[in-house]
Amino acid sequence: MKTAPATSEPAQARSKLSIKVDDPRPTPAAKAAPVVFDLEQLEIYYGSFRAVRDVTLKIRKNEITAFIGPSGCGKTTVLRSLNRMHDVTPGAHVRGKALFHGIDLYGPNVSATEVRRHIGMVFQKPNPFPKSIYDNVAFGPRVNGVKDRKQLDEIVEKSLRAAALWDEVKDRLQHSALGISGGQQQRLCIARTIAVEPEVVLMDEPCSALDPIATTRIEDLMRALTSRFTIVIVTHNMQQAARVSDRTAFFTVELDAKNDQRTGILVEYDLTSKMFANPSDERTENYLTGRFG
Amino acid sequence: MTSMEPTPTPALDLTAKLSWRVAKNAIMSGLMLTAFLVVAVPLIAILWSVVGKGAATAFAGFPDFFTAEIPVVSRRAGPGMGPAILGTLLVTGAATLIAVPLGILGAVYLHEYGGNRKFARLVRFMSMVMTGVPSIVMGLFVYIMWTLTFGYSAFGGSLALSCLMLPVVIGSTEEMLKLVPGHLREAAYALGTTKSRTILTVVLPAALPGIVSGALLAVARAAGETAPLLFTIGAATAYNPQLFDGANNALSAQIFTNATSSFVAAQNRAWGAALTLVLLTFLITLVARVFTARLALKR
Repeated sequence: MKTAPATSEPAQARSKLSIKVDDPRPTPAAKAAPVVFDLEQLEIYYGSFRAVRDVTLKIRKNEITAFIGPSGCGKTTVLRSLNRMHDVTPGAHVRGKALFHGIDLYGPNVSATEVRRHIGMVFQKPNPFPKSIYDNVAFGPRVNGVKDRKQLDEIVEKSLRAAALWDEVKDRLQHSALGISGGQQQRLCIARTIAVEPEVVLMDEPCSALDPIATTRIEDLMRALTSRFTIVIVTHNMQQAARVSDRTAFFTVELDAKNDQRTGILVEYDLTSKMFANPSDERTENYLTGRFG
Repeated sequence: MTSMEPTPTPALDLTAKLSWRVAKNAIMSGLMLTAFLVVAVPLIAILWSVVGKGAATAFAGFPDFFTAEIPVVSRRAGPGMGPAILGTLLVTGAATLIAVPLGILGAVYLHEYGGNRKFARLVRFMSMVMTGVPSIVMGLFVYIMWTLTFGYSAFGGSLALSCLMLPVVIGSTEEMLKLVPGHLREAAYALGTTKSRTILTVVLPAALPGIVSGALLAVARAAGETAPLLFTIGAATAYNPQLFDGANNALSAQIFTNATSSFVAAQNRAWGAALTLVLLTFLITLVARVFTARLALKR
């Protein structure tokens, strides 16, 4: 296993990266941000099939961490293990260590529902509820017990503004969320997720169903949201990872010749600037330069 | 020298050619039209004869037929069907109140919690068996379990009808729950919503139009059932608004007794009652449809 723990100084590395000149945030201090997720030797199984193994990485606060890699390498599987979305898949289970602020996510007294209140998720396909735009955003706060109409109005407006959608939908909040465009729906899903004030937002290929303009808007949005949230994004688009993320984890798939099983592994995890400029693993370099089969 | 000239392209012909594919299309279209006629002709014939033979009786001296009490002497001509209309509404309404909530709860258990567990499989199997039980057997069952002890009442009929409706509601609701896309559940879970809350606020609302359709189908079928009512509600000729007490009547039971009578006046009343029942079912369906359309959002 060649996981490279990210220990180099982010500030220095960042300055080398030309694509981040318009980064709105101040350059972080030389000392690394606090660790949010600490995964060690994580393995995820579907029944007896081991889908991913050897995932060891630390995800840091208020950063964007990108998971990249070819199809079937388990990046989505790892992402979904971070807020226990595998609980609804029969037979799926996790081995190894998955700590969230030092607490074992899969500990005996940990409730998946509570975990998901702190770690929200945006999915590949925009999936608004078949309700009004307002009710979509107010859904989470209502579940958490907010009943006061005025307070809900405030949360809805604040979340829609944060998702850069308010101006487009403010006059039709009571219309169906299914009537707006795909890009707007995805931003609505982001607004719905941040309305419950999670600490982390997981994004599973949030732009794969969107056109380039909508993608740009969501990427800008992600950069803006890092001041409040920690973001983990799975993407097939390497340029996207290079554009938005602070750190990148590269996964690949390994074929076991004995039983013909494909298992995903984490190859390299490092600062995005370092990985895209000078990857330390040959497989990463092959993938990034397009030589990967 | 001619090789320099470009060869002229043959005239473009985009018209349909006779081929096996075209013939197959025609044959299949013909078969579909036949199938449509096979279904539509009996339906139209039924409506035609019910309206043709029933309208004169039902709308003579409107609204007497719908309000007057049932004549005790059946050979006497004249209205009405009032008590039977009230009885049908009472019996079917109470049966709906029993069967629809129970059926929806059952389907939610089967689909959301039971899955493939042994108990869930048993319940699903029993529900299937229940669909196949003849309605008259349900009537006999309620007659023995309820009517023999408590006597004739509208509620006895409701019990029998709800036994008939229950498996239909369970089956159709479960099918509708299966159609709710998994990504909606995931979206709710990702917001930190509990399973029960997800079912109440996301899954059931998404499946509501389908659930209402299934329930309506069950109500319409139950409203026309005769056999289970024969043993359970009695045959009152006067209004009886009491659900639990005393003999009642229903349109379907009235159609049966009047149609088998030898007097023309009674037979006319049977046609009138048949038309009333058709109109009533139509009205209930319409109201429920408008209600669900109101719930739907504007785009």
